[in-house]
Amino acid sequence: MTSLFEEVPPTAVSSDIPTTRVELKVNGETRAANVEPRLLLAHLLRSGFKLTGTHTGCDTTNCGACTVLYDGQPVKSCTMFAVQANGHEVMTVEGLATSSELHPIQEGFKDEHGLQCGFCTPGMMMSAKALLDENPNPTEDEVRWALSGNLCRCTGYQNIVKAVLWAAEKMRGPEPAAETEGE
Amino acid sequence: MYPSRFNYEAPTSLDEAIALLTANEDAKVLAGGQSLIPMMKLRFADPAMLVDINNIPGLDKHGKESDGSYRIGALVRHAHLEKSKSLPEHQPLIASAAHLVADPIVRTRGTFVGSVCHADPQGDWASVMVALRGSIISHGPNGKRTTPVTDFVAGPFQTVLAHNEIAIEAVIPAAKGTRAGGYLKLERRVGDFATAGVALALDMSESTVNDAGIGLTGVGAQTINASEAAAALIGSALDNDAVENAARLAAEAANPRSDHRGSADYKRHVIATFVKRIIANVQHAEMQVA
Amino acid sequence: MALDEVKIGGLGASRRRVEDNRFIRGKGNYVDDIVLPGMLHMEILRSPLAHAEIKSIDTSAAYAIPGVRMVMTGEMMAARNLAWMPTLSYDTQAVLATDKVRFQGQEVCCVIADDPYIAKDGCEAIVVDYEPLPPIVNPMQAREDGAPVIRDDKVGQDNNVIFDWEVGDKDGTDKAFAEADLVSEISMHYPRSHPSPIESCGSIADYDRSTSKLTVYMTSQAPHIVRAAVSLVAEIPEHMIRIVSPDLGGGFGNKVPVYPGYVMSILASILLERPVKWIEDKSGNLISTGFGRDVYLKGQLAVRNDGKILGVRMHTDSDHGAFFSDAQPSKFKIGLMHAAFACYDVPHAHLTAQGVYTNKAPGGVAYRCSFRITEAMFFQERMVQAAADDLGMDQAEFRRMNLVKDDDFPKRTPFGFLTDSGQYEKCLQLGLDAIGYDDFKKQKEEAKARGRLLGIGISTMTEPLGAGNSREYDILGIKMFDSAELRVHMTGKAILRTGAKTQGQGHETTWAQIVAHELGIPAEDIIVEEGDTDTAPFGMGTYASRSTPVAGAAVSMVSRKIRAKARKIAAHLLEVSDEDIDWELGRFYVRGAQDRGVTIQECAMAAYSNVPDGMEPGLDNTAYYDPPNLTWPFACYIATVEVDPETGVWDVLRLVAVDDCGVRINPMIVEGQIMGGLTEAYAMASMQFITFDEDGNCVGGNYMDYLLPTAWETPGFELHEVVTPCPHHPIGAKGIGECATVGGPAAFVNAVMDALKGTGARNIDMPLLPDRVYEALQTGKDIFGHPPVKTDS
Repeated sequence: MTSLFEEVPPTAVSSDIPTTRVELKVNGETRAANVEPRLLLAHLLRSGFKLTGTHTGCDTTNCGACTVLYDGQPVKSCTMFAVQANGHEVMTVEGLATSSELHPIQEGFKDEHGLQCGFCTPGMMMSAKALLDENPNPTEDEVRWALSGNLCRCTGYQNIVKAVLWAAEKMRGPEPAAETEGE
Repeated sequence: MYPSRFNYEAPTSLDEAIALLTANEDAKVLAGGQSLIPMMKLRFADPAMLVDINNIPGLDKHGKESDGSYRIGALVRHAHLEKSKSLPEHQPLIASAAHLVADPIVRTRGTFVGSVCHADPQGDWASVMVALRGSIISHGPNGKRTTPVTDFVAGPFQTVLAHNEIAIEAVIPAAKGTRAGGYLKLERRVGDFATAGVALALDMSESTVNDAGIGLTGVGAQTINASEAAAALIGSALDNDAVENAARLAAEAANPRSDHRGSADYKRHVIATFVKRIIANVQHAEMQVA
Repeated sequence: MALDEVKIGGLGASRRRVEDNRFIRGKGNYVDDIVLPGMLHMEILRSPLAHAEIKSIDTSAAYAIPGVRMVMTGEMMAARNLAWMPTLSYDTQAVLATDKVRFQGQEVCCVIADDPYIAKDGCEAIVVDYEPLPPIVNPMQAREDGAPVIRDDKVGQDNNVIFDWEVGDKDGTDKAFAEADLVSEISMHYPRSHPSPIESCGSIADYDRSTSKLTVYMTSQAPHIVRAAVSLVAEIPEHMIRIVSPDLGGGFGNKVPVYPGYVMSILASILLERPVKWIEDKSGNLISTGFGRDVYLKGQLAVRNDGKILGVRMHTDSDHGAFFSDAQPSKFKIGLMHAAFACYDVPHAHLTAQGVYTNKAPGGVAYRCSFRITEAMFFQERMVQAAADDLGMDQAEFRRMNLVKDDDFPKRTPFGFLTDSGQYEKCLQLGLDAIGYDDFKKQKEEAKARGRLLGIGISTMTEPLGAGNSREYDILGIKMFDSAELRVHMTGKAILRTGAKTQGQGHETTWAQIVAHELGIPAEDIIVEEGDTDTAPFGMGTYASRSTPVAGAAVSMVSRKIRAKARKIAAHLLEVSDEDIDWELGRFYVRGAQDRGVTIQECAMAAYSNVPDGMEPGLDNTAYYDPPNLTWPFACYIATVEVDPETGVWDVLRLVAVDDCGVRINPMIVEGQIMGGLTEAYAMASMQFITFDEDGNCVGGNYMDYLLPTAWETPGFELHEVVTPCPHHPIGAKGIGECATVGGPAAFVNAVMDALKGTGARNIDMPLLPDRVYEALQTGKDIFGHPPVKTDS
């Protein structure tokens, strides 16, 4: 970032607005900002750090489009303040792929048509990642349960479930070859 | 969507937190924030200061004590209880309610104790605490006090906590025998508020009920302690008459409103039905073990 | 040597989606992701009351907040003649309220500030003095003597009636009813529901004084219509307006109308000379934007003892809220409600329809409805179920008795549409076999003996898509054709632009498949763009499942125009005459000498380097397609459910779907559309609706009360396919986007009512909430759900 120029309020405008410095890891990179306490974590990510993959879809903490991983756990970033994240680690959808490879969850969503408009998808994938990190071999019910905090309007969920199971299988890797008798 | 302005402090000790609350009349405690922050975003709440207690060590433990009681610290998240392997055996009612609170994502942040302090008549944990005859331990500038949950909740979204007092732990007394029970909630979908819910706890010796508690969700201006219904089960062997009687009394204790979730009569009927079902589940589980 | 069509991503290939590449990386470009230099933010202050006079508005405290740039009121807009704007149904709608507010959530002021938090602070600081008036929340109240006139702003409006309309053959129908063995009657309310895409509406208006050009980034399913409307309302010349619809997070009809927020952002940008962004919150979206349904039915079927339907009578009362803002073909006041019973052979039908104003948000035509067809088909299948039950006839048998037979096409529907193709009986049988109809009926009886309530529900329908032919269809006089422009570059790669606007339907993937089918250019070599009115040919946008029938046809036609020119180039390259050229996928060859040919890519190169004398260079073209008729997909949905008699809670056991949407461009995408539609059908049947209390307060104005099902409640779906190509569509496709939302709800409701058969209750209004089902079981009476909702006082 550049410190060549940053506009500040003129002296005539009083500024008793409290701001706090936060420092947090975002997708593995340490980032810092001065924020008002009331700034929602979702807005720090979107407007502050320009990571617009995390979306906001409601105003009552229901839809889950804003889901990110916070210290590895799925949280609705619209229902946390940025200041709370000081010293913590956040992973967004932008952190799923490496520079050379998509995450199996991303591949699974594409292969199994687990998205249509794409708006709920980042949040859905982050919840899926949290599930698979904890439970590498979930049943269909366990997938549906884990995703029950993420609303989708387009897909009807069936292909989302298939996408997550596809990813789980890929992440588990090939089954070890069965031992044959008599060897 | 956008809360009004506030000051923010993140103390690292309980004393510091209490001092901040004492110095600022219009300050609120921030724990999970999954009830408070949505209210602030709709501007139904606009505290001048938030005292974030998430950085205070020692508040995130839960477990069975040597005296048989069960303690849940202020920063224990719903998800911790939902995923606990030991909880179903010790505290089946808490275990069965844990996965019905809100949705899986909210459960990673929201706290048991915070939910009780929020005192929403549609909150699940307050009913569970009522059924288990639990208490809240709180710290203020004058020290600690323990308040039974039936005294703790004073009305809708109201508790007896002073503005500079912090609830730090929930205590569930030891079972008089083997603890059994369950939580049933009629919700139209995951994350919906309850149309009606029943928390029912039984302390059993063989097939006799030593003690019982029933808390009702969403059917009154605050969580309802269906004490008469619970009393009707004590001393019984959960025979048909006792169960029917308890169900009827629980429905009578409910004070629901008719609204878009259903008529008052319907909600009372659900209460009665759930009392019977929870008990039937308990008996079924017993038969499976036997 | 023809290419393998599926391998190159032509028709029938379940090609993985192009648009996914950016969405899965979080690199979608939705309106709220766009940032322009100097951009300001706008928030709207909405009325808390459903009906009230505005006594005064004090904005001084808002202006005192640092960072607040401007506050707009109705008075300011009125001074510029912008307080009211025309709607798509020849009515007017308030942009910002002046004299009165007419629904809870109506726009009263807006604040433009440096960031949305401050804009919200500004809204909170505005003081509005309201004098409440009695609100009207249903059509019965609207028509009562002495009911307050809601639209007293309209000269000559002295009641709350918007229209009286009728269609069909009254005399013939009356006669049929007089001769019937049985008249089956049923009344119901299809409740107000909301499309609620996860992304709400929003716009960034950017007026550049140096160029006099207005650019608006907007959540719009129909950017060209918006350009025309903005030109009309803001009096800016059409060529100086650019509407850009970037990625849309769903639409479902919610993003068709021109909303007050857009107009406010445009005026604000003009006045402040800076870009102004307005992003609606979910509550604003639910409480004020284009909802769907809210129609009451009184339906009657005249039947013969053997089950033959002799006549249909329908009367509908539609609740349009405070302004008649529906987007629908202008000739039809109640949309295509008269498409009802199109799949049945019924000789006489008559429909009367009345629309009224109420103190609720404006709209009615939206939510995957194909212009009121959701209501038509729901009413149809509920009437059919009631009639079969009244006759004591099996549901499948009754439908078989009346379904149009394969040999009957072309067939006039009861209300005068023309259907042209279908295998209705085959679809029904496939569905019945898949669900195990006879076995289930046995199971049901056995379960009943043990106190368990099982039910099975059938819904069959054909619906008209692609409205429609210019003779009969227009919105505000603009005909409902669509367009495609294709440019083939010298290396044989191409760019395609259409007048449609995808919101998740996958046009970037599927349109390329049509071009691949027509030209043999691999789909991956074709880029598809939509949504920018500066570059896209004029189209009427994407809604009402019209894109495949109309824009898709245009894609096919423009590809054929290009192929025709390429053919001449091929003849020139092969040094033979036109008539000696044949075509196989991807290449032209000399008739009788198949190895002598040129690929389409070679023709493309030649278009820029070696054209025959007299021919213009280049290889691109545009096609505008006016559909000769509507298309007619058919669906059979069958649901099985179990109802818990003690609580009224019901669960779906299975849902079988048989869809015949003609040729499927991309089977994977077609199935995705069906499953999404079935989920919305399940949502409406089980939990999702907007209602009002007697004070006009909206229940369902946020996601705590407006319930979308999650992955946990939503059932799994078993999909089956029949293909009856459309005889007039260039690739035989019919369209599918809304079929499941149209036909699905009746399957679920019919199933639950079947489980309750014998209790006396014939109808429960959607959503079939547990308490309603329980009450029906206890009382044996029909359960109505229309507002005002019953509460304790």
